[in-house]
Amino acid sequence: MCPEVMSQISPVVRGKLPPRTARLRVPASGDGVHDVLARLAALLVAASVPAEERGNAEIVMAEMLNNIVEHAYRGTGNGVIDVVFDVTKTRLRVKVSDCGDPMPDDRMPCKQAASVDVARQDLPEGGFGWFLIHELVEQISYRRCASNNIIRFTMRLI
Amino acid sequence: MNLNSENHTFGLVISVAERRIDAPVAIRFKDEMRQATEGVEGRIILDLSHVDFVDSSGLGAIVAAFKQLAPGQKLELAALSVTVAKVFRLTRMDKVFAIHDTLEQAAGAYADVS
Repeated sequence: MCPEVMSQISPVVRGKLPPRTARLRVPASGDGVHDVLARLAALLVAASVPAEERGNAEIVMAEMLNNIVEHAYRGTGNGVIDVVFDVTKTRLRVKVSDCGDPMPDDRMPCKQAASVDVARQDLPEGGFGWFLIHELVEQISYRRCASNNIIRFTMRLI
Repeated sequence: MNLNSENHTFGLVISVAERRIDAPVAIRFKDEMRQATEGVEGRIILDLSHVDFVDSSGLGAIVAAFKQLAPGQKLELAALSVTVAKVFRLTRMDKVFAIHDTLEQAAGAYADVS
């Protein structure tokens, strides 16, 4: 068993973490996503992170969690998502874990922009999520570990 | 999903009275936009001044609302928040829609739009 899985199933010890860190376990649903985004916003406001960087973080987090809800858990509403936020002076570090389906070929989708230089009827209505994520993060990694998906990423906050 | 339509001399303004256009409301938004825009002649301006956040599903729904218009109809956008504008810019959808900084600017621009 890899260390990530051990830490994921260990109980969360409230009050023992530094104030700029948060651990959450939420259901893989719209409400769960909403809770994570609200907690992230509060954490970044408390750390006096500028509005633009808060917005960037919200975009990345929303896309990542929506992907997990819709793809890893196939929109069933079953399953949980674990999130760890760590805000430093210059960066947001995030670890997101789920127990859903692996990504295709056990790899993170690459950064591919949908073409908008097309006729109106051919304009893309999806496929923006991973592009936005790759565009806004500083570093990102994905691992399939036992039956868990683990994504870690960092974003610059200044 | 609350959409408020108002007829002005310069066109129809559809205001989104929600803070977010995201995955949970995307399909409803598209359906309500169809009802709001059906048979409308002239300009259609989507006022996003109350919207803080649009995710990729919301962006897809706005594109879908544009694609479901009749061939002669167009969709313009007004008053995007910094975060919403960034989503449009990064995905290059800012090249697809006419985007006005404010609703007033959209109103003033009517003379330039044939």
